[in-house]
Amino acid sequence: MTLVLEASLFVFLLVIAVAITRTKDLFAAAMLSGIFSLASAGLFTLLDAVDVAFTEAAVGAGISTIVILGTLSLTDPVEIRTRRPLLPLGVVLLTGMALVWGTLDMPAFGDASAPIHLHVAPRYLSESGAAIGIPNVVTSILASYRGYDTLGELFVVTTAGIGVMLLLGRGESRP
Amino acid sequence: MLEFASIGILVTMSLALVRALLGPTVYDRILALNLFSTKTVLLIAVAGFLTGRPEWLDLALLYTLISFISLLAVLRFSKYGNLGDDERAKR
Repeated sequence: MTLVLEASLFVFLLVIAVAITRTKDLFAAAMLSGIFSLASAGLFTLLDAVDVAFTEAAVGAGISTIVILGTLSLTDPVEIRTRRPLLPLGVVLLTGMALVWGTLDMPAFGDASAPIHLHVAPRYLSESGAAIGIPNVVTSILASYRGYDTLGELFVVTTAGIGVMLLLGRGESRP
Repeated sequence: MLEFASIGILVTMSLALVRALLGPTVYDRILALNLFSTKTVLLIAVAGFLTGRPEWLDLALLYTLISFISLLAVLRFSKYGNLGDDERAKR
């Protein structure tokens, strides 16, 4: 059943991606990119990457849509095409093929003998419940084993937020 | 039962997607985005129960909050034509 759900979401993603490249109405493209992020967030959740899915929903469907709309308010809402974009298409195809080629070296999905399952993961799985006291292993890794790392990320995010507020802020001194 | 629910949600998602692709007016697309985000939330909730992880319900609630904020931004844009400029918005 999960397979059916994942396959349907992949079909949705494909349809949306083609539609985004084909449409000339930029507001429609903004809406479709929001839908794309939501569908991929659902797909990530089904694939058990809950944290990635949440980031995708927050950044893709939340902030990106708002930023795209903010950009759209400064430009013309209709895309103007002058020529067929053959060079970008070639670059995208090459990059995609390189990425697919790169995944060939990776261990198979769910392979129990993959390096990531053999190195520190068994220790986390067996000891983190008793050592940290958090039932979710991912949470205990992020919040405790890599606590300083997460703290640094929070600093980065806060700095980025301050930067965005300075850029977008409604300064009273503005003419 | 949950299987039927998820199939129904998938059908609704595809209908919303069709409306987002065709939808002649701006409001069709806004409604399609909102419907799609609601259905994503429902799909995650149903899939959580389907795979034995009802904790995903919390995740679905957070998604609702995010889509509400972005919906506010979209509606503000469609009404005023910009996002934060009160001087221009008053006109």
